[in-house]
Amino acid sequence: MAYSDKVIDHYENPRNVGSLDKDDPNVGTGLVGAPACGDVMRLQLKINADGVIEDAKFKTFGCGSAIASSSLVTEWVKGKTVEDALKISNSAIAEELALPPVKIHCSVLAEDAIKAAIADYRKKQGKE
Amino acid sequence: MVKTPIYMDYQATTPVDPRVLEAMLPYFREHFGNAASRSHVFGWTAEEASEKAREQVASLIGGTGREIIWTSGATESINLAIKGIANFYADRGKHIVTCKTEHPAVLDTCKRLERSGWEVTYLDVDQTGRLDPEAVRAAMTDQTVLVSIMAANNEIGTIHPIAEIGEIVKEKGAFFHVDAVQAAGKIPFDVNEAKADLVSLSSHKMYGPKGVGALWIRRRPRVRLTPIMDGGGHERGMRSGTLNVPGVVGFGAAAEIAKNELAEESARILKLRQRLHEKIVSRLDFVHLNGHPEHRIPGNLNLSFAYVEGEGLLMALKNVALSSGSACTSASLEPSHVLRACGVDDELAHSSIRFGLGRFTTEEEVDYVADQVVAGVNRLREMSPLYEMAKEGIDLKSIAWTAH
Repeated sequence: MAYSDKVIDHYENPRNVGSLDKDDPNVGTGLVGAPACGDVMRLQLKINADGVIEDAKFKTFGCGSAIASSSLVTEWVKGKTVEDALKISNSAIAEELALPPVKIHCSVLAEDAIKAAIADYRKKQGKE
Repeated sequence: MVKTPIYMDYQATTPVDPRVLEAMLPYFREHFGNAASRSHVFGWTAEEASEKAREQVASLIGGTGREIIWTSGATESINLAIKGIANFYADRGKHIVTCKTEHPAVLDTCKRLERSGWEVTYLDVDQTGRLDPEAVRAAMTDQTVLVSIMAANNEIGTIHPIAEIGEIVKEKGAFFHVDAVQAAGKIPFDVNEAKADLVSLSSHKMYGPKGVGALWIRRRPRVRLTPIMDGGGHERGMRSGTLNVPGVVGFGAAAEIAKNELAEESARILKLRQRLHEKIVSRLDFVHLNGHPEHRIPGNLNLSFAYVEGEGLLMALKNVALSSGSACTSASLEPSHVLRACGVDDELAHSSIRFGLGRFTTEEEVDYVADQVVAGVNRLREMSPLYEMAKEGIDLKSIAWTAH
């Protein structure tokens, strides 16, 4: 199967790989997927008092499309408000990366990672 | 500098040996006759060439040329063997014994027979992918007509104790079909030692052309089949259809070379495999060998790199042709049924890479691939949340993952 140029670019030059302090109250961590399914994404978002995402880091176990999807969302969420970040849909990710049908679940997982990270942040902030 | 792309997928297919191609070429041009034409020299020449090739292929496995039926490939050979026996001998019983790690050509043929009233036992293997001959004995009943077991596995290279299994099958009075696609020409394999009644072979796995296979069918005592293909009555009525003369000539030449060079070649390839294995495990932790450490064809190395997904790793090894047991490389999104049968966790199955070494693999290529693997695994582990968690001492099994 051939990968799109954008998938290859994100795979070879992944943006924002790494970790943030998971104990920081301003950091939300989303861990989604399962090793047995072949993909696990960890997305961490640092959110300021205005509800704006200041920083994003990821680590992903998965195929090239899973790595590219998570790399892409770290780029997209930075500078966005939490509300706007929650509007990022898997179809937008799949379209941007030209994912084939068999890889759509990678984009779904990336969307889930954003939601999970924000849910974790809100929980820490006592907003939920 | 090593020339790329590097081909390291010899269990999938092999390039045609230049000597094989040379042998084939005249049969496309001047000797183009139909081997079934009895009335002129073009037909006689083609038939003679096909008969010589039968001897060459039979000789590789200790049989005789008259026991060889030409087919379009091993998938057809396997279908003909299993369905042919099932249909011809259905009145003896309706039970087949096979193994969970067989090739889909065997498994899916058996599944189809199950839909028409056959009972099939799919035997388990141990963690190295090896079948216990006593399990065959235990599974066989007075209804068992056929036992079908591969000599060596295509994914993990594990060699089954075929002679012991054959002994038991014969004791119990059933037919024994051996899929010898990955074994023939790679390790010594003899139809009489195996006590086989039918043996499926493929040309393109032993440096012959694609689209050609053979089914060896024992003559003494005689084994009979109901054909799948009806028509002009070629191949003693067992497989109608004009012979692919250049193809079978190539298969014959390939088998002869394989026989003559087997000892030297398998020793050389084994050394290369050991070198590759050593160069990888000496520099990476959490690497698991899939398959058996010794009972293994020389050209196969199957490793799981924990915390790294196989398809992702293949992308890092883009200059090297390899395959993975990861679900992501298959259309079905199911991880390898072979690794599953060996009890390998799905997680490690997703992390598996098959290295297939062969006749044209060089030491330089092995060294290059080992370096690329080490660099690729290290890079991906730096990005892997699982590796980070494992390093922190978190038990990954203790986490409530969200399966999807």
